Amino acid sequence: MTALVTRLARLLAVVLAVTFASYSMVSLLPGDVVVAVLGETSTEADRQAAREELNLDDPLPVRYVQWLGDALSGDLGQSYRTGQPVSEAIGQRLGVTLELVLLSQIFALLLAIPMAILGALKPGSFVDKALSGVQLALLATPGYLVAVVLMAVFAVNLGWFDTTGLVRFTESPFGNIKSLLLPSLALGLEQVAVYARVLRTDLVTTFDQDFIWYARAKGNSTSRIVLHHALRPSSIGLVTITGISIGRLIGGTVLVESIFALPGLGRYTIDAINNRDFIAVQGAVVVLTVGFVLVNFLVDVLHGAIDPRIRVRTGL
Amino acid sequence: MSIDTTAPAETASDRAIGDEAPKKRRRLGVAVWVSGAWLLVLSLGALLAPWLPLADPDDTRAGVPLSIPTAQNLLGTDSLGRDLLSRTLYGARISIVVGVAAVLVSAVVGGAIGLVAGYFKRRVETVTLFGADVLMAFPTLLLAASIVTFTNSRGLVTVVGVIALIYLGPTIRIVRALTLSIANREFVTASRSLGARNGRILRREILPHVVPTLMSAMVVAVAGAVVAEGGLAFLNLSVAPPTPTWGAMIAAGKPKIDESLYPVLAPGFALFMTVLSLTLIGDALQRRQGRGLDVL
Repeated sequence: MTALVTRLARLLAVVLAVTFASYSMVSLLPGDVVVAVLGETSTEADRQAAREELNLDDPLPVRYVQWLGDALSGDLGQSYRTGQPVSEAIGQRLGVTLELVLLSQIFALLLAIPMAILGALKPGSFVDKALSGVQLALLATPGYLVAVVLMAVFAVNLGWFDTTGLVRFTESPFGNIKSLLLPSLALGLEQVAVYARVLRTDLVTTFDQDFIWYARAKGNSTSRIVLHHALRPSSIGLVTITGISIGRLIGGTVLVESIFALPGLGRYTIDAINNRDFIAVQGAVVVLTVGFVLVNFLVDVLHGAIDPRIRVRTGL
Repeated sequence: MSIDTTAPAETASDRAIGDEAPKKRRRLGVAVWVSGAWLLVLSLGALLAPWLPLADPDDTRAGVPLSIPTAQNLLGTDSLGRDLLSRTLYGARISIVVGVAAVLVSAVVGGAIGLVAGYFKRRVETVTLFGADVLMAFPTLLLAASIVTFTNSRGLVTVVGVIALIYLGPTIRIVRALTLSIANREFVTASRSLGARNGRILRREILPHVVPTLMSAMVVAVAGAVVAEGGLAFLNLSVAPPTPTWGAMIAAGKPKIDESLYPVLAPGFALFMTVLSLTLIGDALQRRQGRGLDVL
């Protein structure tokens, strides 16, 4: 239990440091903060009001603590550009990004797991080498390139999908999945190689262990051995790397969201950055990093669930 | 999937000679040589671009807009009629310079920090690792985009700086781990008992053992940095136009994909080949050293 508590405390510290860093970002801007936030054309009265609302007369640590209190109660401030509360705007967009990330992981795992198993069954064989070639090619193609090419082929030339835009799940569940299919495929293909490589290596190691030989000697079929005996003890690496990727992806969907014009959190953040909407950037970065840290923590907990030895060692 | 009826004995021998087991020093494969050749040709082309018989990369009269490859424009032209081969070669300059410089900066800075953290341990280590954790918790592309936008500078130095920042955290972690594994070896203890000071031990005993592993990780990292620069450029946040960069070229080609794919494919293929080559070479180097530090 102590290990879990230490880990949690460490993550909390990281969250505090990250939020403090992104909070002070606004204060570190060159020139008058209020002018930076409101823009050059703002009136003196507006500036004075903003100064008070942002408590700019207080020292930075005091302001941060106040801001943190507000943030914890769900108030991330208000965008001066759109007038919309930041937490509300994020709430509207987070779902799209999460759905995108989830779908991309389903694609990635659906492709990576069979690839890894096929490769690991006969390491060094032709199939193994061909698969690792495919993986290398996938590894070398950035998501934004895949996204544009997928769009050109399947949306523009074949006309199977719309090039841009999102169909809301509430309007049409099928249309929703369809509108997210290409973007999530582009995101997922980036991960396939990494996942397949990690799982293949772990499977090869597992296949050589005594309990697998024993299961084989008892006459179990290969598919049974793979699915019932080998996959679980080999999946620690895959779970770790998937967790890290999900955490990374939550903040990494920007490019794909821009390409397919999806109203997700990534595009919201980059729009806010481009418009110098600092309050919105601050809020979005906080949400993204907290998400990243949380996913990493979940991965640690999952390790214990998969491998009882880790549970014993770390006291999870 | 059909059931594998391979006799265990055969599988065992497969495994014994499989690539997982350490064995005799392997020769570099054809793929690695091809990769090296590609990088060499690309670098030479980028370096010598002004003297090659190419159209000016910004000349909008180099050919008919969105033309397919012709004798005049070997890779076709973009929507403004600029020559794609020329732009791809000039774009390689930015990709190569940014990729290599960013990784070098993060290797030097992160290497120094990681070395000190792994060697002195205790509080230095705790603080450093915490810093690395915080750095890595930021969404990388958005962090880079914020810095470029908010500092209002889109020069080469800023772009190199922000991409170096992305790789700083992982580099610190790798070097620290390497240092930890070396700091307790006999030759370090021997050096210390001969009266060597910390600075000398770090420089003469530990650093030479860290550098080779770090180098092979760096080759793979350059591939990542090239992709990251492309991402920034795609968002129009890398080096300012009209300087051609691969990412910006792909982004600029996107609205016209219904008419011609060459403006996307020309820089896209160069990007793909470059990343593939760097990955293959990095992988081969890591295998030679017998350890897979797949962290970057």
